[in-house]
Amino acid sequence: MKNDTTNIVLPDFSKSPRIDKVGVEEQVAKFQKRSVKAETKKQGLRMALNMIDLTTLEGKDTPGKVKQLCYKAQHVHDILPGLPKVAAVCVYPSMVGVSVKALAGSGVKVASVSTAFPSGQSPLSVKLMDTKFAVSEGADEIDMVISRGKFLSGEYNFVFDEIAVIKEACGEARLKVILETGELVTLDNVRRASDIAMYAGADFIKTSTGKIQPAATMQVTCVMLEAIRDFMDTTGIKVGMKPAGGISNSKLALHNLVMVNEVLGSEWLSNEWFRFGASSLANDVLMQIIKTETGVYQSSNYFSID
Amino acid sequence: MKRLEVLKTYKIYIGGKFPRTESGRYYTPLNKKGEQLASVSQSSRKDVRNAVVAARKAFGGWSERAAFNRGQILYRIAEILEGRKLQFIEELIFQGSSKSNAEKEVNVSIDRFIYYAGWCDKYSQILGSVNPVASSHFNFSVPEATGVVGVITDQTSSLIGLVSLVAPIIAGGNTCIVLASESKPLCAITFAEVLNSSDVPDGVVNILTGSQEEMIEPLTTHMDVNAMSYSGISKNFEKQLKESSALNLKRVSIYSKDWIKSDNQDLYMIADFQEIKTTWHPIENIGGSSSFY
Repeated sequence: MKNDTTNIVLPDFSKSPRIDKVGVEEQVAKFQKRSVKAETKKQGLRMALNMIDLTTLEGKDTPGKVKQLCYKAQHVHDILPGLPKVAAVCVYPSMVGVSVKALAGSGVKVASVSTAFPSGQSPLSVKLMDTKFAVSEGADEIDMVISRGKFLSGEYNFVFDEIAVIKEACGEARLKVILETGELVTLDNVRRASDIAMYAGADFIKTSTGKIQPAATMQVTCVMLEAIRDFMDTTGIKVGMKPAGGISNSKLALHNLVMVNEVLGSEWLSNEWFRFGASSLANDVLMQIIKTETGVYQSSNYFSID
Repeated sequence: MKRLEVLKTYKIYIGGKFPRTESGRYYTPLNKKGEQLASVSQSSRKDVRNAVVAARKAFGGWSERAAFNRGQILYRIAEILEGRKLQFIEELIFQGSSKSNAEKEVNVSIDRFIYYAGWCDKYSQILGSVNPVASSHFNFSVPEATGVVGVITDQTSSLIGLVSLVAPIIAGGNTCIVLASESKPLCAITFAEVLNSSDVPDGVVNILTGSQEEMIEPLTTHMDVNAMSYSGISKNFEKQLKESSALNLKRVSIYSKDWIKSDNQDLYMIADFQEIKTTWHPIENIGGSSSFY
């Protein structure tokens, strides 16, 4: 399902709500203190596994490595039968073809970063070609980056138009818009960028590229979730959320799920509306799942290398 | 005006930090006279888990350090221990030792570190070998550190039991999680302060106080622990140790020695936590009659 925002009246983005940083921090601290009981934790871990976009975005990626990742996406840990598959595999455009072939018929989606990821410092024509190439190779989802430089200089229209044009180029593919919150400096900016992205037609908003620190902090994710909630209230359009980068253990993943549930509600608790962009999270979640099954703390030696 | 004495909080030692136990629990061991030794952290299974994570993280760096440098660091532990001798003697006496025994225990502990410091850059020559083979290869066998070791120390001793087990383990490039003596825990934590100021990298030695009986299960079943070292007399512990270690084939070493005796230390306590790796290397006789060059 793709979002259509073409007939929505646009607000003045310079008037996006201001964020109370201290308030957000207090709120986030509460989400981290919820007591999660054993059975809930079991379900939560499986849910988290099913929401992962298994990611490899490195200069040294090869078709061999991507194939191996695609295999892992479908067979996360065959020793324990009945585990869910991950949601998607996230790769560079040049690796989309390999991934599509390797994942054919599995139900695991192929996401491709594009628009001169991770900096986005290229002319629009290049970004469009990048996107169209990924789509033509068969990507189900496109993860674009916004132009942070333009955003920080106040050229909101430029950022908006760029997203809208890329959205068109996506065709049937769902569009995730990466804000790269680590470069946006303030939570006010995060909120504004979220609003721009959603009104311009984002199907998902995503925190980070994973190349810049800090990445998906709970504070940032919280602000973005609230933006999604407000957007839903105003327009009736549902937008997905993808925190990416820095979520490397199960505890953090569960905290995030608690937050999604409390800010947006349980309708967002599926991989159609919520994703984790991560490479090492899957193994930690697996280790925790095995721990809950066997009662024994696990070692990474017995899990696949990611 | 009489000054109010400032008492030390005996906290646990994980990853180079002194946290309170995650569980927030304490126990108050007593000495023979019935005096309260201190309020000591009663660690939980989660502290065990955290300690194993810290030990695993430290393993790569510690095992790859130059053997000579490991020796220097062990020697440094002895130096710092020497400087804090009086504090250890005082604690030992408070926990029930006689003055002369306390002095001896601390002296032997210091000497033990010196002893193993000397072995650091020598054991691999003794335990390793160049093996005769029937082809033009060198064939080496060399010892390598086993990994993360769980240490369950002697209940009856506060310092020497711990030192005697830990020194050979870290001399060999392993990292460890130590369950200190439950009834005499004071020296273990003071020893952690010595480690912390002796250039020992964070996480190489982690020390937990509390009920050994409670912690033995999560420690011995932990899949990321590669070996166990036990010194004590409990047959129940021994049984449990062997049974749960079978889960991931941990190396198990059980000692019953009188650690205070100065000759209860040897190379083979280092060897107990080493794996022997054998490698082949072709002999290239450059310019020789069989050479390709």
